[in-house]
Amino acid sequence: MSRYRFTVPLVLFALLVVVLAIGIEQSPDKDLIPSPLIGKPAPAFSLPSLTDPGRRVSSTQLRGHWYLFNVWGTWCGSCRLEHSMLLRIKDTGIIPLVGLDWKDDRGDALSFLKEQGDPYATIAVDQDGSEAIMWGVYGAPETFLVNPQGIVVYKFIGPITEQAWEDQILPHLPVGQTPAAASSS
Amino acid sequence: MAARLYLIVVAALLGSLLLASPNAYAIAPEQMPTPQLEARYLALIHGFRCMQCQDESLADSPVDLAADMRRQIRDMLLAGQTDRQIRDFMVSRYGYFILFKPPFVWKTAWLWLTPGVLLLIGVIAALRVIRQRSALVATDPDDNDLTDA
Repeated sequence: MSRYRFTVPLVLFALLVVVLAIGIEQSPDKDLIPSPLIGKPAPAFSLPSLTDPGRRVSSTQLRGHWYLFNVWGTWCGSCRLEHSMLLRIKDTGIIPLVGLDWKDDRGDALSFLKEQGDPYATIAVDQDGSEAIMWGVYGAPETFLVNPQGIVVYKFIGPITEQAWEDQILPHLPVGQTPAAASSS
Repeated sequence: MAARLYLIVVAALLGSLLLASPNAYAIAPEQMPTPQLEARYLALIHGFRCMQCQDESLADSPVDLAADMRRQIRDMLLAGQTDRQIRDFMVSRYGYFILFKPPFVWKTAWLWLTPGVLLLIGVIAALRVIRQRSALVATDPDDNDLTDA
């Protein structure tokens, strides 16, 4: 028994160190909280269009296509940083961008898009912020990749960079949906 | 005379202010129609994490998003939803991370069970040591005499 007197606590201590090390190593970045929506249907919505308030943008119209649902606002500095990348994504013609203008001033949003260019196929307006809660948004910009069946495939938090687009978003798209296929169609 | 009247008016205004706010809130709470709903509302908003500030509850957070989420919770309460339904709604959008108190599900089972298991190990170890010591004392009268001497 006395032989184990020191080895048992030592082994237990080593075990604890290993468990804590794994915990630290695996701990997710607190800024990037995984979305429980991934693999689930995207929230159904019907919201006024930014460019044409008489018209509505609804999730049913978007069925049957891949799209990127991008939550933004002119008050959001990171969204402005992301804007040029969104324009490049639009130019690839691979996937349409659907904007959610989150708690924004309509005039500001329209003049911003006029000055900087409009990367969006369509933009829905979330005036009071309730739609953003449906999507579990906690800070703009956030971008959801939605498939033709209306399922959320991926969520990207923060401004999309060239690298994020190539390494994290493109791989989730079907092989047929490549720049070559898009430009030839 | 006018100055005195002015003082009285100011004092009355200050007094009414004090009476009108028996509780001090950092953020004005949304009014609920009944005390029961008010109590449930307060309990709920204290149980959710503000996703932007993370270490504050929805009740304490001054950010816009927290205000929007409080409004969402209030609307759901007024629509007759149960606490359970509201909690499930929030978890389905933001994940378990939004709950300050993690639920007992298979993913968090270790979190809840580990302290009990550790306590059990400690108790067993302590019992064994105590039993050994007492056995030592009982079977070794010389040793006992020595310590007494």
